Amino acid sequence: MAKITMRQAISQALWEEMERDPQVFIMGQEVGVWGGTYAVTKGFYDHFGPERVRDTPIAEAAIIGSAIGAAMTGTRPVAELMTINFAFSAMDHIVNEAAKLHYMFNGQMVLPLVIRTVGGGGRQLGATHSQTPDAVFAHFPGLKVVAPGTPADAKGLLKAAIRSNDPIMFIEHATLYQVRGDVPDGDYIVPIGKSTVQRSGDHVTIVTYSKMLELSLKAADELAKDGIEAEIVDLRTLRPLDIEPVIESFKKTNRAVIVEEGWKSFGVGAEISAQIYEQAFDYVDAPIKRVTQKEVPLPYNRDLEQMALPQVEDIIKAVKEVL
Amino acid sequence: MEKSEHLNLYQQMVVIRILEERSAELYQQGKIGGFLHLYIGQEAVSTGLISARKPQDRVITAYRDHGVAINCGLSAREVLAELLGKATGVSGGKGGSMHLADVNKNFWGGHAIVGAHLPIAAGLALGDVYQKQDGVTICMFGDGATNIGYFHEALNLSKVWKLPVLWVCENNQYGMGTTVERASAVSEIRLKADGYAMKNDNVDGMDIMKVREKALEMIEEIRSGSGPQFLEINTYRFRGHSMGDPERYRQQEEIRKWQENDPIGIYRKYLMKQKIASEEELNEEDKKATEIVEDAVHFAESSPEPAAEELFKNIYVEEGR
Repeated sequence: MAKITMRQAISQALWEEMERDPQVFIMGQEVGVWGGTYAVTKGFYDHFGPERVRDTPIAEAAIIGSAIGAAMTGTRPVAELMTINFAFSAMDHIVNEAAKLHYMFNGQMVLPLVIRTVGGGGRQLGATHSQTPDAVFAHFPGLKVVAPGTPADAKGLLKAAIRSNDPIMFIEHATLYQVRGDVPDGDYIVPIGKSTVQRSGDHVTIVTYSKMLELSLKAADELAKDGIEAEIVDLRTLRPLDIEPVIESFKKTNRAVIVEEGWKSFGVGAEISAQIYEQAFDYVDAPIKRVTQKEVPLPYNRDLEQMALPQVEDIIKAVKEVL
Repeated sequence: MEKSEHLNLYQQMVVIRILEERSAELYQQGKIGGFLHLYIGQEAVSTGLISARKPQDRVITAYRDHGVAINCGLSAREVLAELLGKATGVSGGKGGSMHLADVNKNFWGGHAIVGAHLPIAAGLALGDVYQKQDGVTICMFGDGATNIGYFHEALNLSKVWKLPVLWVCENNQYGMGTTVERASAVSEIRLKADGYAMKNDNVDGMDIMKVREKALEMIEEIRSGSGPQFLEINTYRFRGHSMGDPERYRQQEEIRKWQENDPIGIYRKYLMKQKIASEEELNEEDKKATEIVEDAVHFAESSPEPAAEELFKNIYVEEGR
């Protein structure tokens, strides 16, 4: 066990999997000579060489399309999209190919493919580079969508993703790379499709994931000062969604706040709250609240951007409203 | 080339022709759903092309895929059963007409989004390079696909990475109902490959022997390390784009002119003129082809529908919904 950053945890997972399995290789923009635009693959090119750490042209459809083809032949590509905003240029291949081929050809085609990408706002990158469209990807059966909130989960989930035979969107958060946490050494695997309780409490259930886990934990610490104990369920995987720990927690607290960085309309919170109402209606003591990004394209100006993004205070306020 | 091989190729072309004609009937009877894109008129293209491949060479194509499937060695039975959506279809009735594939025969589909399979083809070739296999990926697409971005991304990547791909444009003169001239900045499609400094050529797609000869030459050059190459094959579809095509965009006279160049007729004449096969022998092959297709129709019609529990199978390899 060592205290390392999210960046190091992800890097470690990639490195260990490449050492373990020669079929694993990395491809994407600036993953090689540059060392990754978020420095995750620094040193990989020199160690593993240009065949296994492949710099690509700026051509997202070609990156994802060719990664799909290579995966179909039995290799295990980890294709990197520099940001999730650029995934829209590869949307056809993610949605119409990666998510469909296994089913459409009745299991003939197997796609051990990981699409590593980075989402989230808060870095003054403007509307086109700051989105959190995780729910969009979670909409499609055939695709798995993973979004870790801690360094340990990042390592364990990425290793699980690389070993999986299904196509997986692995969504990292741009402002979590420097976050530190205890990460088990060596072969540490976190199963895909398992939510987990990150903090126990009896008064309210906060359902969240990725960057918003960090804010939710801060909010819970503040609330504890007022004697309010929040239980935090971290989804970790959006599809397949593991709703059980959410329902279990809700049946105990009877109150829920769902915190996501994306927009409220048709979002993760909409899905979670619907499932709570469907599965635990008799346990509802207060309307479920959602804390989300405001419904605007994210602006560049620092203050305006922060006004649009969910804040710790918003979570505290929402919790107090449901109590 | 052995006589038996000629007869085999001839039979494949006739099987495709009859299978397509019977499919059109089954479609009109409401037994085939969705879209149906017939390959009639283009039989020499894939038959000649795929006859030039070795077993390790992968084939991937667009949605006009019935003929390609037959040439890759899929049986008429499993093709027709798939068109009818039956459990015995090559994809268990889940894919349909536009999504035929059999990976055991190195046929990788059957892709229905125009141009989207081109980057995938580059990836198949990348997989071979990565695993140090000597296969060549043959990627077929229509003239319409050369106007979409994927085409350019895929050609560029294949050239940058020297991937063993034979890009094959089946230029049948129309993208749906729009002529090549109205949709493409250059009507000689192969010139687009010049933009990627890629060796390119063209060939008459109504003459199977010309297609085969050119394909043999290019595939072996690619296998020897030339990097990707581009082949434009000029052809014509005798039927509409799909079964729902009103065909307002072309004159009957134009169709008749092309039909005088029927690829099956051309091959027949060649085989007789070269004294490879007699008329009787070819008629015998026609008869066999008819029997193969009739057997397939019977097989498909009498096959069971997929079981209800198939609905949720193969969404993922591992657990999950």
